[in-house]
Amino acid sequence: MLIGKSPKIPTSEIISETNYLNRRNFIGQSAALIAGSSLLGSAQAGLQPDDEITPEDIVTQFNNFYEFGTDKSDPFENAHKMTTDPWTVNVSGEAKKTGDFAFEDIIKGMTAEERIYRFRCVEAWSMVVPWMGIPLKKILQQFEPTGNAKYVEFKTLVRPEEMPGQSSFFSSIDWPYTEGLRMDEAYNPLSIMVTGLFGKELPNQNGAPWRLMVPWKYGFKSVKSIVSIRFTDKEPLNTWQQLQASEYGFYANVNPAVSHPRWSQASERRLPSTLFNTNRRPTLPFNGYAEEVAHLYQGMDLKKFF
Amino acid sequence: MAQKRPISVLKIALAFLASAPLAWLSYLIVLEVAQPTSGLGPDPAEGLLHYLGEWSMIMLLVAFSVTPLRRIFKQPLLVRSRRMMGLFAFSYVVLHLLVYVVLYVELSMQLLLEGFVERTYITAGIGAFFGLLAMAVTSTKGWRRRLGQNWLRLHKVIYLVVPLALLHLIWLRKDGFGDIALYIIWFAILLGERGYQVRKSRKAATV
Repeated sequence: MLIGKSPKIPTSEIISETNYLNRRNFIGQSAALIAGSSLLGSAQAGLQPDDEITPEDIVTQFNNFYEFGTDKSDPFENAHKMTTDPWTVNVSGEAKKTGDFAFEDIIKGMTAEERIYRFRCVEAWSMVVPWMGIPLKKILQQFEPTGNAKYVEFKTLVRPEEMPGQSSFFSSIDWPYTEGLRMDEAYNPLSIMVTGLFGKELPNQNGAPWRLMVPWKYGFKSVKSIVSIRFTDKEPLNTWQQLQASEYGFYANVNPAVSHPRWSQASERRLPSTLFNTNRRPTLPFNGYAEEVAHLYQGMDLKKFF
Repeated sequence: MAQKRPISVLKIALAFLASAPLAWLSYLIVLEVAQPTSGLGPDPAEGLLHYLGEWSMIMLLVAFSVTPLRRIFKQPLLVRSRRMMGLFAFSYVVLHLLVYVVLYVELSMQLLLEGFVERTYITAGIGAFFGLLAMAVTSTKGWRRRLGQNWLRLHKVIYLVVPLALLHLIWLRKDGFGDIALYIIWFAILLGERGYQVRKSRKAATV
């Protein structure tokens, strides 16, 4: 007998056709918004003068999404197999509104805004990406987290039949991919839930239908294709920390002063690089977002809480 | 003066096969130079580095396989190719190291030193390189004669070089250990065969 399994909900109940249409509208509106903002040439907060947007084919074809394989090209090649519609998100833990929600219902009435962020991978490469997203705070607050909610944990979809990396014999990852944030980090205005990219629907290989984006942390914190949100009073154990606690911590703030056993974090290669110029540049504390987020870590030893 | 032996067809075929990955790489580099990111991807220096690294590992294991293959197939001609295959492996390693130093860290002394000291996988890789360097330098007939019995002793360093190269790869990789598992199994089989030969010859000696 299966214990604690949630009742099977027919697809028709999870997503009505109107909601489905709303989802398309939502993306359309967002695209209009991005067009408008680029016409105005609106300045983006925190962008450096030499931050050039990385070409779209690189952002969508050079990815770390181990659910689809460990090569950078694997997600682009394999992610089309993932079904993202319907998409159900389970909300649990220290909140008043918990249960299964259709993705469309969660984002209903919200408009995605364009955010151009630097993206810094722990492997010492970086990009500049025009995300479309909704402030995470706005999304989380609708579930009315209680006073006990000190952290929020996110989980990626597990579906080995559509995600070949999850059935790989040679992977040591214990799926689902899990990440987490402290509530004050999640409520920081920089934290967003991404639903679009380059003014279009978020491609599967970039974490469709929605993924986290916390630009002052290494890329692995920004968990993709989220199906579970859990509010908790304990620090969640994120996947990479679980695999190798000496190398990956919970916070994973971009920090040139804290070296990683495999990669120097003092500098990064801005992609695309060419064969004869790696486009190397110094890495900035908090990936250049210190002004917005450094106060969250006041009094903390960042060498210890890496 | 040793008699000049004709170069065997086998040796030519092996040289051809061992150069094939370099031919393919040249093609990728031409693509890359003609149009950036087309041949080696958005991170071409790293693409090149990993390509040469992977083939260094394979060639190293191939060279290490020559002696047992000769025994299994009773094909003494093979041993004439052993030095060549070893030098091929060394060439891939040299190219790998050159790409790292020139294209990847772009001759930054600070990054180089930091890497050698702080990154254990680089330390292991450098260790393997120096072992191979000693073997390559002394691979000539002249050195072989001069070193006598010590030549064999020195070339036992291969038993250190291969595990160091494997460690280099294992410590670098985050996840996805498929190819590494294959290399380890390959190496284990070769070690097993050598262990078996040693036991056999000891038994023969005591009888």
